[in-house]
Amino acid sequence: MTDRQPGFDTLAIHAGASPDPATGARVTPIYQTTAFVFEDVKHASDLFALRAFGNIYTRIMNPTQAVLEAKVAALEGGTAALATASGHAAQMLVFHTLMQPGDEFVAVRQLYGGSINQFSHSFKSFGWHVVWADAEDISSIEKALSPKTKAIFIESIANPGGRITDIAAVSRIAKAAGVPLIVDNTLATPYLCKPIEHGANVVVHSLTKFMGGHGNSMGGAIVDAGNFDWSKSGKYPLLSEPNDSYHGMKFHETFGGIAFAIACRVLGLRDLGPAISPQNAFYILTGMETLGLRMQRHCDNALKVAEWLTQNPKVAWVNYAGLPNDAHHALHKKYAPRGAGAVFTFGLKGGYEAGVKVVSSVKLLSHLANVGDTRSLIIHPASTTHSQLTPDQLKKAGATPDVVRLSIGIEDVEDIIADLDQAIG
Amino acid sequence: MNHDSYPENYIRGILKSVKIIAMVGASANEVRPSNLVMKYLQGKGYEVIPVNPLIAGQSLLGQTVYASLSNIPKPVDLVDIFRNSEAAAAVVAEALTLDPLPSVIWMQLSVRNDEAARMAEAAGLRVVMNRCPKIEYGKLSGEWAWVGGNSGIISSRRQHMHENGRMQSLGLGAKPTAG
Repeated sequence: MTDRQPGFDTLAIHAGASPDPATGARVTPIYQTTAFVFEDVKHASDLFALRAFGNIYTRIMNPTQAVLEAKVAALEGGTAALATASGHAAQMLVFHTLMQPGDEFVAVRQLYGGSINQFSHSFKSFGWHVVWADAEDISSIEKALSPKTKAIFIESIANPGGRITDIAAVSRIAKAAGVPLIVDNTLATPYLCKPIEHGANVVVHSLTKFMGGHGNSMGGAIVDAGNFDWSKSGKYPLLSEPNDSYHGMKFHETFGGIAFAIACRVLGLRDLGPAISPQNAFYILTGMETLGLRMQRHCDNALKVAEWLTQNPKVAWVNYAGLPNDAHHALHKKYAPRGAGAVFTFGLKGGYEAGVKVVSSVKLLSHLANVGDTRSLIIHPASTTHSQLTPDQLKKAGATPDVVRLSIGIEDVEDIIADLDQAIG
Repeated sequence: MNHDSYPENYIRGILKSVKIIAMVGASANEVRPSNLVMKYLQGKGYEVIPVNPLIAGQSLLGQTVYASLSNIPKPVDLVDIFRNSEAAAAVVAEALTLDPLPSVIWMQLSVRNDEAARMAEAAGLRVVMNRCPKIEYGKLSGEWAWVGGNSGIISSRRQHMHENGRMQSLGLGAKPTAG
């Protein structure tokens, strides 16, 4: 007889979190400390050599962070997770673990502008080469593969237009090529979509967004699905070969299903240092307790706003997969049946100027660069988040000059609509 | 017993009740998984007796290594198998000749031999396959979260410091129960 599996909301609150053994504190304490005392010299040496579980230094691990990691892993259905200072940091560590200079990875163009910049600029300076493909044409991903390809990267629900990617189809290509599929699940969160169920091998998050949910803390996460054979092809030496800094330990052999998460922590995070602060970890894990409630309200509100926009005579088009006529409606039903997310775009008939007028006229929505807050947010990507892209990149990313992006919050939806109504004018 | 999925209490009962573990396939190499597991289990208060004919007679982590299970001069509670699935059959067969019998056969990750499991269960032993006792202890005690691990366990009960009183060591709570 197997044990009962707790539901999503129960896991969101309880996963990773038990009362503190020393004090009985029910809620996770904020371990605002940089270092931890050792029992003795042997204990210290065991910790450093990964022979014992435990805390050494907050750049590498911290008990508040651990609760956040266990919670994220539980909700995604992964084996283990690693929290980082930001989503960008999570991505940097993922690729640092997989790539050697000269390697390639395939990424679809339908991505958050910050990821496009990271891949196009800073990763290039490390010698990691992105090869672009198109999520709307899955065969383009296959065509972009080469013997140097080490990974494929997609977003489950894509920024800015809320486009939904056919994860299983991309997973088939990744499996055939023997490379891991990395899925950025930031806009969906595991409440709407669990990429691991569809074949993802690594999931990344900007916890800054819907997971933390309250717009107060930067954070990122890497989730290990525990389902990739890192040793088979010889392409991932950091995982399969003896590591000099750990006396010849082979990470995949030693850590099996959590090897990727461990390697990101004890190699990349150790040496590059983008650690999440204990305080931020606390805010984010607290916000996550209401993830289910919030995401459902976000999606229900977003659908009503999208429907209202389609009726507005000044609106030229609305991209929202929750709308029945949307090209991605079927993908939404397949991959995120509870809701199509809360981030989507629309275009005004008045083009660029009308877009600027709207973002300048809102009084309830906030004009800022973020998504996934309790507060409804609005931005004009072409002049901000995607402003460092070329016109061609803008078009491919769904951020042409007339595009306005919304991140619908959890206010009363009538108030959100009233504000958009007066701002559109 | 359904060997695809073990109830939490089954594993917990085993780890709380055993004291002496025979580790077949133990390694002197400090970075090999069996060495790490032996060290971890010793730290949690288990006596771990290493078995490996290649290093028989040597001292490993303070214990004499034996050439085979039958050479161990005292009863063991649990036989922990770090060999492949095919070799596990012979280990189980040997374990079933011990007097007194161990109470548990434990096969490590990716080690699974259903026929050997059947034989052991028919003799009254409990069997665990494709699991690691370090990982399972980590999950039950709560230490697994320290590497960001998903234990699959939620509890409103407080975690337990290990009875050895060491810093940063969690245990399974209370004293081991008999049998």
